[in-house]
Amino acid sequence: MRNSNSNIIGIDWKLVILYLLLIFIGWINIYSASKTEVHYEILDFSAKYGKQLLWIGFSFFLIIIILFIDTEFYKQFAGIFYLISMLSLVGLFIFGKKINGATSWYSIGNFSLQPTEFAKIAVSLGIAKLIGDKQFDLRIVKNQLKAILILIIPALLIILQPDPGSALVYLTFFFVFYREGLPKYYIILAILLLITTILVIKYGYMYIEIGALLLFITFIIYAYNYKKYFLRKYWIYYIGFYLATAIFIFSTHFIFTNLLPQRHVDRINLALNLVKDTKGKGYNTKQSEIAIGSGGFFGKGYLEGTQTKGDFVPEQHTDYIFSTVGEEWGFLGSTIVIVLFISFILRIINVAELQKSKFSRIYGYSIASIFFIHFTINIGMVIGIIPTIGIPLPFFSYGGSSLWAFTILLFIFIRLDANKSNEW
Amino acid sequence: MKSRSYLLISFTVITGIIFILRLFYLQIISDKYKKEADEISIKKKFTFPERGYIYDRNGKLLVANQTSYDVMIIPREVKELDTVQFCKLLKITKKDFIKKYKKAKRYSSRLASVFLKQLAKDDYAFLQEKMYKFNGFYIQKRSIRNYPINSAANVLGYISEVNEQLIKKDKYYQQGELIGFSGVEKQYEKDLRGIKGVKRFQKDKFNKIIGSYKNGTLDTLPVLGKDLTLTLDIDLQKYGEKLMANKRGAIVALEPATGEILALVTAPSYNPNLMVGRKRSKYSTLLIKDTINKPTFDRGLKAQYAPGSPFKIVNALIGLQEGAITTKSTFLCKGGYRYGKRAHAFMKCHCGTYGNVNFERAIYKSCNTFFSNTYRRIIEKQSEPKKGMDIWSAHVKSFGLGDYLGVDLPVGNKGRIPDGDFYNRFYPSFKWRAVSTISNAIGQGQVETTPIQLANMTAAVANRGYYYTPHIVKKIKGKKLDTKFTTRKLTSIDAVYFEPVIEGMLQVFEKGTGKYSKVKGLDICGKTGTVQNYIKRNGKKIALADHSIFIAFAPKDNPKIALAVFIENGGYGSRYAAPISSLMIEKYLFGKTQKPYVEKRMFTDSLLQKEYRKILITNDTIEKFE
Repeated sequence: MRNSNSNIIGIDWKLVILYLLLIFIGWINIYSASKTEVHYEILDFSAKYGKQLLWIGFSFFLIIIILFIDTEFYKQFAGIFYLISMLSLVGLFIFGKKINGATSWYSIGNFSLQPTEFAKIAVSLGIAKLIGDKQFDLRIVKNQLKAILILIIPALLIILQPDPGSALVYLTFFFVFYREGLPKYYIILAILLLITTILVIKYGYMYIEIGALLLFITFIIYAYNYKKYFLRKYWIYYIGFYLATAIFIFSTHFIFTNLLPQRHVDRINLALNLVKDTKGKGYNTKQSEIAIGSGGFFGKGYLEGTQTKGDFVPEQHTDYIFSTVGEEWGFLGSTIVIVLFISFILRIINVAELQKSKFSRIYGYSIASIFFIHFTINIGMVIGIIPTIGIPLPFFSYGGSSLWAFTILLFIFIRLDANKSNEW
Repeated sequence: MKSRSYLLISFTVITGIIFILRLFYLQIISDKYKKEADEISIKKKFTFPERGYIYDRNGKLLVANQTSYDVMIIPREVKELDTVQFCKLLKITKKDFIKKYKKAKRYSSRLASVFLKQLAKDDYAFLQEKMYKFNGFYIQKRSIRNYPINSAANVLGYISEVNEQLIKKDKYYQQGELIGFSGVEKQYEKDLRGIKGVKRFQKDKFNKIIGSYKNGTLDTLPVLGKDLTLTLDIDLQKYGEKLMANKRGAIVALEPATGEILALVTAPSYNPNLMVGRKRSKYSTLLIKDTINKPTFDRGLKAQYAPGSPFKIVNALIGLQEGAITTKSTFLCKGGYRYGKRAHAFMKCHCGTYGNVNFERAIYKSCNTFFSNTYRRIIEKQSEPKKGMDIWSAHVKSFGLGDYLGVDLPVGNKGRIPDGDFYNRFYPSFKWRAVSTISNAIGQGQVETTPIQLANMTAAVANRGYYYTPHIVKKIKGKKLDTKFTTRKLTSIDAVYFEPVIEGMLQVFEKGTGKYSKVKGLDICGKTGTVQNYIKRNGKKIALADHSIFIAFAPKDNPKIALAVFIENGGYGSRYAAPISSLMIEKYLFGKTQKPYVEKRMFTDSLLQKEYRKILITNDTIEKFE
């Protein structure tokens, strides 16, 4: 599939080019979103776009270091990285700085770093190290629990910050587990649970409980008539399954109405169209939709977006950066950006599948899943089809931590890939 | 590639497709976001052009503009001030000040609103110097209408702030802007107002202007309003209004050769300057609420009366055209006309002949018997009454009667000319015949016309068989007149039949009902009318004094003016309508009258007021008065 011509010093140039394109398009949109009448010099480092340019410069420095380090280093020290990363998350509760209601930052002078972003690298390496072992079999329940533990620790620490949006990212590792042999019915179960949860929130738990009971009775009648043997043999499992479902439905309802903070409940209700927005809880999303919707087919032109100029979309340079693309570059530009992201993710999967080393493959698959979930949740939120969950759009959203984390995540993989001919 | 890899691959691709579909909806299908974005982020500022002036046919200025100065307030920006001094400057009391301040604050504390409307010029000059002391107040210039001549209020109309309905209907207008509400101001609104200029600015989320929108490439300059020249002769109009003092009714005078309206008098009327400025709101409600005098009701265009005897002219012409009679025809008149089977079905005649009446005498003496016979012959010439009625109706309608004339003024009325179908509906269970509708012969019965229709009919007779649609505008600066006003409309009567009828109309002044109004050295052709009318009071039909009607044109050859005069409850046509007609004609043709004593009587006669008081004294339930 890959020809040797594109393999100049062994690295995958297609991925590098896609990376550079996304970084470039991302930056020009940050420039538009954060440009004011006062700041217009490109190299004005007091302005957001100027700082982002610095972060990009530093990313290139990181890339060079990563490419010079031997691949064995990442494999051997995966556990250590994981440990350091988890400690950095714990350390937040002691040394962390509160910004926007979450204690997610280490602050040194003017400079702030978000360890949550870097934890994704450590977890990806950790998962690759664990599952990458030749004897490791994901069909064994004990192994499944081990793998999940690697995810649960950072997820819980991040939820406590509190930053539940970033914790949600770890759900994406189910794609990795499935790829590496997790039995199929887990996926079916996960999908069923997701659908049931949405139905419970949307229609109230009573209806769903009654619906589940009716389905169960229908199944029993059917089994009694045609599969009497199975019924006699497995009736205890059937009843157990039904009871588990009933309890799950009720506990979903309980968590949603009693445990979940009100602002999350509001966001979910808004996304499911359950309530009309009266108090402006969906203000951000509405402004974002207006900006994107007013872009039309060709967009209003670069630096010509009225909503972007007037600063109507809150957090436009960070989480809502895609609304700038939508307004100024229109349907055409937005589609191109989406196609670029999809090509980028598919390319990572493609390259990952070609790895000879299990470690490299799992790591590659992990980062593809991470890019996928960030892409889906962020753009889904900005165009108003997913509840408001504040996670950055890779390479687009303003911010040093996320840019560096995604860069390191990607280039460790490129480094691993470049070395594959030496493996086996 | 391992098949399990396809789960993430398909998720990625499906997500991408969903995103693109959603973007397609947001950016291409739905158009509400574009509108919302403009509303949120763009501020429009307007420059208003000066409204066009209005002149009469001789170039006399009728409507101009004047500058007025409003004191504006932005309550949020008001700081401590010397209220005593401020009130003294504005000539208001402290109580007023508090009231006005509260009102402005209730409207909006952030937005500007009018604190005090239309300052006197001297006050403005004085106040302007002291204005810096009063934060949150400023003076805004506005342009309002000014009427140098107190006349023709209903023709000119007035302008007023647009209401909600209009804003919904026409996106051009915004809250607080002015629009023509009646008369010429309404009809020619688009020409008079011009087009306002627009400047667009980019706003930010704090509603602050941060620069021009698209570097001003979409901005437009205002287009000046166009000046109008009316067909009205303002001297004649004013004279007509003076003649109509203390009377109710209308005078409509046309130039037959062009259809131009020379005078359109309705009485009672009002001073157009009342509808301007600070006094406006007070007077406009007063005028509109006056249901007894109805000063804003244009009787010349809207009032529907039975035309009475002048309608005999049309019947004479149809009779000749259809061959029902000739100019040699005579009918025996014994003081009235008997019709139908019952003995009391009898129409009186006042022609005072008692013998054979010929064609010409029938016109100048207004013989009811002659025209009843003529009308009956017209209808009965056909095999069945419906057919006869339809033919008669079509002839009448060719004079512009029975439908909207298409005058370039916003109000009007159709009048009513019955036809065969009309009577089938009118007499649902009765086989009607010509005599059932015989009152139409003398312009009563079911026939109704407006004064302007009658004036136009007169012009058609004066022209010997055609007319131009009456119109009020002669010239719009930089624009051609609508061709419908320059297209000749033919009646269905041949030109040859007009001369004998016109000869009869001339004799009205020589020997007939109008001889007391004769003007030496001028051939006026006319026809009097006297119309019975009733009101219903508490369900009872009560006869009122007759309406006095006159139509006339002059000179007989090459006519320069044709008119119709209606005086409500003015008695015989010869009593008020005929003298007013001849005075109007003299005034227009010579500029003065031979009979100043008649003129004086018309100016001052208050006899009519007594008549009106009689009608209105217990007007608890007047259902029909017009």
